[in-house]
Amino acid sequence: MAEIKNYTMNFGPQHPAAHGVLRLVLELDGEVVERADPHIGLLHRGTEKLAEHKTFLQSVPYMDRLDYVSMMCNEHAYVMAIEKLAGIDVPLRAQYIRVMFDEITRILNHLLWLGASGIDLGAMTMFFYTFREREDLMDVYEAVSGARMHAAYYRPGGVYRDLPDTMPQYEASKIHNASAIKRMNENRQGSVLDFIEDFCNRFPANVDEYETLLTDNRIWKQRTVGIGVVSPERALALGFTGPMLRGSGVAWDLRKKQPYEVYDRMDFDIPVGVEGDCYDRYLVRVEEMRQSNRIIKQCVDWLRKNPGSVITENHKFAPPKREAIKQNMEELIHHFKLFTEGMHVPTGEVYSAVEHPKGEFGIYLVSDGANKPYRMKIRAPGYPHLASLNEMSRGHMLADVVAIIGTQDIVFGEIDR
Amino acid sequence: MADDLNMLGEQLKEAFTDKVLSLENRLDELTMVIDAADIMAVFMRLRDDPNFRFEQLIDVCGVDYSTYGCETSEGGIYLVDEERINPFKQRFAAVYHLLSVEHNMRLRVKVFALDDAMPMLDSVIEVWPSANWFEREAFDMFGIVFVGHPDLRRILTDYGFVGNPFRKDFPLSGHVEMHYDPEQKRVLYRPVSVEPREVTPRTIREENYSRH
Repeated sequence: MAEIKNYTMNFGPQHPAAHGVLRLVLELDGEVVERADPHIGLLHRGTEKLAEHKTFLQSVPYMDRLDYVSMMCNEHAYVMAIEKLAGIDVPLRAQYIRVMFDEITRILNHLLWLGASGIDLGAMTMFFYTFREREDLMDVYEAVSGARMHAAYYRPGGVYRDLPDTMPQYEASKIHNASAIKRMNENRQGSVLDFIEDFCNRFPANVDEYETLLTDNRIWKQRTVGIGVVSPERALALGFTGPMLRGSGVAWDLRKKQPYEVYDRMDFDIPVGVEGDCYDRYLVRVEEMRQSNRIIKQCVDWLRKNPGSVITENHKFAPPKREAIKQNMEELIHHFKLFTEGMHVPTGEVYSAVEHPKGEFGIYLVSDGANKPYRMKIRAPGYPHLASLNEMSRGHMLADVVAIIGTQDIVFGEIDR
Repeated sequence: MADDLNMLGEQLKEAFTDKVLSLENRLDELTMVIDAADIMAVFMRLRDDPNFRFEQLIDVCGVDYSTYGCETSEGGIYLVDEERINPFKQRFAAVYHLLSVEHNMRLRVKVFALDDAMPMLDSVIEVWPSANWFEREAFDMFGIVFVGHPDLRRILTDYGFVGNPFRKDFPLSGHVEMHYDPEQKRVLYRPVSVEPREVTPRTIREENYSRH
């Protein structure tokens, strides 16, 4: 009889299905995984340490670079921590804008996830479809913040500026002639809100399109049904949150259970899985996109009817208006102190969590009253998810590891921090 | 929500009379400090007691309190003020964030490690398996040893890394930098050439400075 021996295989850190820089040491018995040992930290930048050496405002852009596919949700948890500790009131309009952009971000994230995990499992077309819609949403990001991805739009006390009245338009080039440009700019004639509304009206049909490609697809189901099953009890014990927890059948969503900003005024449902396998988590995420679309619509309606200020009047934390700076000494001093020395957050500790597209994203902030945080801990949702990879993939085939990494929605910016 | 927290506070006091060192309700968040020796007993009960049912360990965060309340110079050096009183007797602490899905409640538990030179705490991996990587991270970043952890390796830093980068006496720029040596044709480490620089010094103002 031939001698059977186990293989140890190195997966990554340069592998398209590793979603970034994951090095995985796999112990294989034939093609069956016996042990998976993820080696992480290849993208570790020490964000938490850097934040201790930056003023509170200077750390906002670092938040974008954590989970770089759901930028504004990261910022949200951070600014909420400061607001909670300092007792800053956020104007209602700013709260609606934040909720709207949180949901836009959720769609952005889930679209990338859908495209990327589609490609992992052989559904090449998904990537092209989802990136078509992502482009529109990134244009919205650009319209409000000037950056397609790393927005730095949320600020302690509100958001950086109000929604603009115009939407950036395409210009004619060698590739697109004038008539093509005219067609492309058709839904960009009005304000940003008009464009978002137009997107919301189009988007459900797009999701239907994705579903015709995958939901009943035989190959997709063969690759995901019954793979990476996690029971509800185990999901809780392993520290799962977000779609990973809901996919296992636990109806837990911070937007419903511990509502922040204006989520308690929104009408939406939370989808829950039954089996706790990769296919259920896929269904949960697809349904979440539809629900996010509903929330965005409600926000657009409200924002149209209720103009107002979008950042707090408390000038110890937010800069005064530009005109006021030019005319008043007091305002000038506030502006100067805020951007040189920075804001001083009162002594204490606080934990603020948001329902991030990947799960619970939390910021634990310890302040000793200085202009910089004493300690800031980022609770990344993907961290405990990836920690459970060993348990989830044990006994599965090598190819299923790819499906499991995909279903966990791994992004190394947040895991390595 | 606030009533629930007060009730939880009362129940905690009743359940752990001799074990609670302090219990504070601030900003609608409950913080309980316990002794390092009681970790296992308290956490087991917090998970299993039907009054608490904290099924989830959301986070474990290491903290180094050695420079709490210190200002820095422009070079980023901590200025030692003789009159400063550090409110924390021990240097290292682990902060556990717990979540009860059943009761929809959160609790923060703080445990100080008794020995500053060799901080040691019991591992809670038996109570919540999610502690695995969180404890590895605190070990990596702060050098807190979690006794009973089956696989306490470094996690985020490079292979062969020396030191605990999140300790306050570890400089932001680190101790070594990497470079390519064309003669030896390989990547080597050498002492860091960056000079410490802090654009905005760390300053602390009087207590009511940020009041409107």
